[in-house]
Amino acid sequence: MAEAHPVGFQWVMEAKRRGAKVFHVDPRFTRTSAVADTYLPIRAGTDIALLGGVVRYILENELDFREYVLAYTNAAAVVSEQFLDTEDLDGLFSGYNTDTNSYDQASWQYEGQERNSGGEDTGKERDSAAGLEHESHGVPTSGRIRRDETLQHPRCVYQILRRHFSRYTPEMVERVCGIPQERFLELARAWTENSGRERTGALVYSVGWTQHSVGVQYIRTGAIIQTLLGNMGRPGGGILALRGHASIQGSTDIPTLFNLLPGYLPMPHHADHETFDDWVGSISRPGQKGFWGNSRAFAASLLKAYWGDAATPDNDFCYGYLPRMTGDHGTYQQVLKMIDGGIKGYFLLGQNPAVGSAHGKAQRLGMANLDWLVVRDLFLIESATFWKNSPEVATGEIVPQECRTEVFFLPAASHVEKEGTFTQTQRLLQWREKAVDAPGDARSELWFFYHLGRKLRERLADSPHPRDRALLDLTWDYPTHGDLAEPSAEAVLREINGYETASGRPLSAFTEARDDGSTAIGCWIYTGVYADGVNQAARRKSRHEQDWVAAEWGWAWPANRRTLYNRASADPQGRPWSERKRYVWWDPEKAEWTGYDVPDFEKNKPPTYRPPEDASGPDGIAGDDPFIMQSDGKAWLYAPSGVLDGPLPTHYEPAESPMRNPMYGQQANPARKVYENPVNPMNPSPPEAHSDVFPYVFTVSRLTEHHTAGGMSRTVRPLAELQPEMFVEVSPELAAEAGLAHLGWAHLVTGRSVIEAKVLVTDRLTPLRVDGRIIHQLWLPYHFGTEGLVTGDSANDLFGITLDPNVLIQESKVGTCDVRSGRRPTGPALLDLVADYRRRAGMTVDRRIPLVTTDAVGCDDAAGSTDQRSPEAAAGEKRGEDA
Amino acid sequence: MPDANSLYGPLDPAPDAGWTDARPRMGFFTDTSVCIGCKACEVACKEWNDVPGSGLDLLGMSYDNTGALTANSWRHVAFVEQPAPAGHRTPPFAGYPTAAPASATSAAVVAAGTADDTGTEPGLPTGDPVAAARMAAGPEFLGMPGSQPPGRATGVAERTDFRWLMMSDVCKHCTHAACLDVCPTGSLFRTEFGTVVVQEDICNGCGYCISACPYGVIDQRKGDGRAWKCTLCYDRLGAGNTPACAQACPTESIMYGPLDELRERAAQRVATLHERGVPEAQLYGHDPTDGVGGDGAFFLLLDAPEVYGLPPDPVVTTRDLPQMWKRAGLAALTMAAAAVVAFVGGSS
Repeated sequence: MAEAHPVGFQWVMEAKRRGAKVFHVDPRFTRTSAVADTYLPIRAGTDIALLGGVVRYILENELDFREYVLAYTNAAAVVSEQFLDTEDLDGLFSGYNTDTNSYDQASWQYEGQERNSGGEDTGKERDSAAGLEHESHGVPTSGRIRRDETLQHPRCVYQILRRHFSRYTPEMVERVCGIPQERFLELARAWTENSGRERTGALVYSVGWTQHSVGVQYIRTGAIIQTLLGNMGRPGGGILALRGHASIQGSTDIPTLFNLLPGYLPMPHHADHETFDDWVGSISRPGQKGFWGNSRAFAASLLKAYWGDAATPDNDFCYGYLPRMTGDHGTYQQVLKMIDGGIKGYFLLGQNPAVGSAHGKAQRLGMANLDWLVVRDLFLIESATFWKNSPEVATGEIVPQECRTEVFFLPAASHVEKEGTFTQTQRLLQWREKAVDAPGDARSELWFFYHLGRKLRERLADSPHPRDRALLDLTWDYPTHGDLAEPSAEAVLREINGYETASGRPLSAFTEARDDGSTAIGCWIYTGVYADGVNQAARRKSRHEQDWVAAEWGWAWPANRRTLYNRASADPQGRPWSERKRYVWWDPEKAEWTGYDVPDFEKNKPPTYRPPEDASGPDGIAGDDPFIMQSDGKAWLYAPSGVLDGPLPTHYEPAESPMRNPMYGQQANPARKVYENPVNPMNPSPPEAHSDVFPYVFTVSRLTEHHTAGGMSRTVRPLAELQPEMFVEVSPELAAEAGLAHLGWAHLVTGRSVIEAKVLVTDRLTPLRVDGRIIHQLWLPYHFGTEGLVTGDSANDLFGITLDPNVLIQESKVGTCDVRSGRRPTGPALLDLVADYRRRAGMTVDRRIPLVTTDAVGCDDAAGSTDQRSPEAAAGEKRGEDA
Repeated sequence: MPDANSLYGPLDPAPDAGWTDARPRMGFFTDTSVCIGCKACEVACKEWNDVPGSGLDLLGMSYDNTGALTANSWRHVAFVEQPAPAGHRTPPFAGYPTAAPASATSAAVVAAGTADDTGTEPGLPTGDPVAAARMAAGPEFLGMPGSQPPGRATGVAERTDFRWLMMSDVCKHCTHAACLDVCPTGSLFRTEFGTVVVQEDICNGCGYCISACPYGVIDQRKGDGRAWKCTLCYDRLGAGNTPACAQACPTESIMYGPLDELRERAAQRVATLHERGVPEAQLYGHDPTDGVGGDGAFFLLLDAPEVYGLPPDPVVTTRDLPQMWKRAGLAALTMAAAAVVAFVGGSS
């Protein structure tokens, strides 16, 4: 965190000043480790084993916050008889389909709800990264759920959790992660001792945690721990995702993602959501409990904001104009399509995939096969010059004279040269003033898109084609100012906030949204940011002039709530869990929820409220169910559906690993998204042969001195000179083994590429003893490329493309490689070297990566029909063994 | 108190320099125990003061690619990797298969190799045997404590302890600033805030100040010839602002304020750290009775000053100037007397 988020890290240092103990787990000793009280080196890609160890430690020692867990989580819910755990199936869950390499979630459901999974075809859900939608949607759980309040039922979530994590012992943590047992126990003790009624703990992670083939499950494991310890919805608790740069939270709220529309409304799928009602029904699910019940109003208001007067209830608010998904349109699928010639044009805005995305070579080859490419950036980045200056030009794979892509480079204004908002990890919107005029032709994104839209509409004004109506009917009337006709960012914010279509009055809350066309809302979760016609995000009242929650600094979605699900900060009766952790509580005299924050609950719904049998929507949520966006109002320790690679996190080895999974026969995530493409060979991992050709583990991350792909730092002298050259960090032990000299050259080889770097030998890296053998890890910064004041080979060139199935994030934090002393070959000899490695590793074109590496029962379908025994019998037998 | 115009001992430098309306003496207290080595201070300094680039060289000195305080680097973050224990912490590598390269454990690690057969084919270069031998040779004394070739700092003991010290160094703005004392042009002057500033339009590049500085801070810019160093952002101070580096520091490692207050704060911080089991915490440059009369920019360090490359007992190089003048005068008188005697004697 000190490396990549030094400004946020000031609060960790502040906590440390007040006596907090800081733990840091990282493959290498970083600037964070330097000030941490305890540093734990870990093998990259094994965090679920470590966190699973903490879950087991909590459960075996009964250190969970039992009252919280019983009342607010699904610990007591009883799961279907058909469910089989990884304990039963050697690392697989029930429902695995070997044809599609995905799960049918029917057997994961609560008892009696096996038909309600809503995820029968998770292969399709994977293509559309539907897991990301479920992140905020919840998934359906209708009817009554059978519960066992004693938590003794063998199929209740609590017991399933216990059994699932039973093998994540301190010994196993040591075997898998390389963390000595005593060190692990030090961490587990500190975490649990600082959680409960009187104390809360926060879990802060950064993007590096997500960039794994099991990335979502990493976060899930953290969520399970935080929920068991009662750290959710309470002050000082929570899970905070530190974002890779400014307003990444904002770019999922009002998304730059292919599968989402503003406010986490899903992008419609051409086959499943033919009509407006199909689409809205898939979100609100009539009869469904929880707050998504109102989504028809949010969806109608969004379309009304897009198409204004043209959008009426009679024409389904122009629903037909919305683009539809047909499958996987994720960034990596697109790159492979570009290589195959399936994509003609591409816009790159503030992104530098030639350096910043996994498999740099695929990125560059893809961009070299377009008709046109528009790059808007502050500097001439690698993604704009790949056609004349890139490793592929050196090897002859791209010939500048023949490269067909026409590249348009348009200079962009920086964040100080334009106004707007940033939304940070706490969902806080903060307004930014423009400080200086942008130089030369540099323009804001707002300017670019407004005028692009304006010109396109002018060109098409007389078009007779129905296909152009979507563009021509758009409301495109933003006021502009100045010589450059800069559109008003405040006007855009006002539209995002939403307004009454008749009067133009800005809305104050999303509860005012209507599905009859009387409201237009650009992003329903942001409604209130322009309440009373005032830019609430621009509020800058000092923290010294208000209470510690500081509700008048900026504006947080939803409804200026600073902590989500804060009903959980009070006990089921509505009283604070403790005086010390008082936050939101029920005031019986006024009969309303009150507290320091805006209560995340219906203001006048008493703790004693119990929904009628047939209630749906918000009415279906009881007075003591704080997790109101979930369909059962509970925090989910066990996810009966919605997480495509299993209801519980499981340790799988990274897609590229030098070792066999010590925990299960199943080696890696069986549902991970793989792209079998000649350009994308993955290094072999056990049980495949020849993994020893790539014996070392490498991981990449940031240096404080540089920013992401380097476009904003390698180009700036005072930053560039602080880290002027690409380097690789190795331990003294590895330096001795591989014969690497400090400040000498080394090159690293994978099945994709070879890159060179200067060697930094440092005591900050250590070999690990894992499962009886020594594993060496190397670390590289990923900032370097061929442009700018300082240049170097790109670490991301080493990676292949393997994705997490839930959100299609790439595994770019761990891979295997070989390291050799000296510089890499140049020109065609470089390709020969890589080809030779591929040959030795058996990475032939017709090789298929084995996704299932266990012979366990039941991997063909939920009923376990491939086995003579019934699943129950198999499971019972296994349990008998365990006992 | 020493005499007015003293070149040694405690005093308040601004009034001493003749300021009748001197402001409270301002300075820096840099608490290295909360420094995270982000180098925001270096960048902020260069941006605000328009300091030219200092070279694009990978130095291999941990994460320090600035190297030293120079004419083109007025803040410098030192990074020291040490095998020393940090008493209050769990040794980072305790329980890991990590040992000094020279030790038996390490030898076993290396001998065991990474895999059965890495499949190296003839024709591919093997590792550099010279480099491997050098790594295996273990520590080497380079004449400075805490200074070792990377990765070779440990002795025969297991490599379990480790710490990474970071410290943002800067001009000390000495109470007795030798640079100022020796400046023949009056380019270097004492401000009303008690800080020491070079006036670039007056400096003639004679370089006397450079050899005078006991810390090796002030430096001549190549191709320009003039002397440059930290101004403690004199222009910002005049406008009531905080110097750029302190303003940019995210963890408040660099604190700016009236020197008296900073000294109090520093004493408290050291006491707190000692209470929390960090006995190695010590102040540097805070003492008005030291060889430079105390620094306007002083530090909390986590080891001896030498470890950070700081002189342990700096003395203002002009301390003995009066005495030297006296001696020189005496010598001249003696010479003159001898000459007179010679002439007188010769004529007799």
